Amino acid sequence: MSLPPLPESAIEIDAFAVDWRAAVRLSGEALVRSGAAKPGYADEMIRMIEDHGPYVVIAPGLALAHARPGPQVIANGLSVVTLKEPVRFGHAHNDPVRVVLGLAISEAGAHLAAVAAVANIFNDSSAINELAAATSAAEVQRIMGVNPS
Amino acid sequence: MKIVTICGAGIGSSGVLKVNAERALRALDLEATVVAAEVSTVRTVAADAQIILTTQEFVEAIGKTNADVIVIVNLFDTSELAQKLEDALG
Repeated sequence: MSLPPLPESAIEIDAFAVDWRAAVRLSGEALVRSGAAKPGYADEMIRMIEDHGPYVVIAPGLALAHARPGPQVIANGLSVVTLKEPVRFGHAHNDPVRVVLGLAISEAGAHLAAVAAVANIFNDSSAINELAAATSAAEVQRIMGVNPS
Repeated sequence: MKIVTICGAGIGSSGVLKVNAERALRALDLEATVVAAEVSTVRTVAADAQIILTTQEFVEAIGKTNADVIVIVNLFDTSELAQKLEDALG
């Protein structure tokens, strides 16, 4: 099972976000930098949360922002944004969020292996704390199990 | 047995739920087909399902169904998943 590409350009450490929308927008901008998504993808990710609620906060401190495959996605990709100050998404149990993953998937159906690879990382519950405390993109890549690029 | 995991896009949370539900089922030595789907398709996808796994946000949208709807709080807590699956199947 392989993780979607997570180049250094898709990683931002100790970012400042005023609220959850800003945090999701940062994860979208990171996907734009790495060439995985177009700028409009961030709006789609925000809309998913506006429509369905804060369910993207999949574990304590961790949000998995994403939208559907579509014209705003260029290629499969992952981004990691760690926040200097945690933000609340309005989740009943898993707030506040310190790490935002952005996920872009270009083709429905082919995504499950990618999501499974993400899930495998966070089945180790220390991964979220390690990511939140990471001080470099290379360290994030190491925790996520990808070779530095 | 068929289990459907439900989220908004049928990609992120439902995919994670599928992976971790399969892990929990293996631990319980139970066999089931686990399908991830987006909430807008729940009527058709879950028509023949025994269990729907989801998060609190989607319970209302899933609405009336013959399947047992199980709400999961921490998608990575396989002991929560295993316990709730065992309760539903036991």
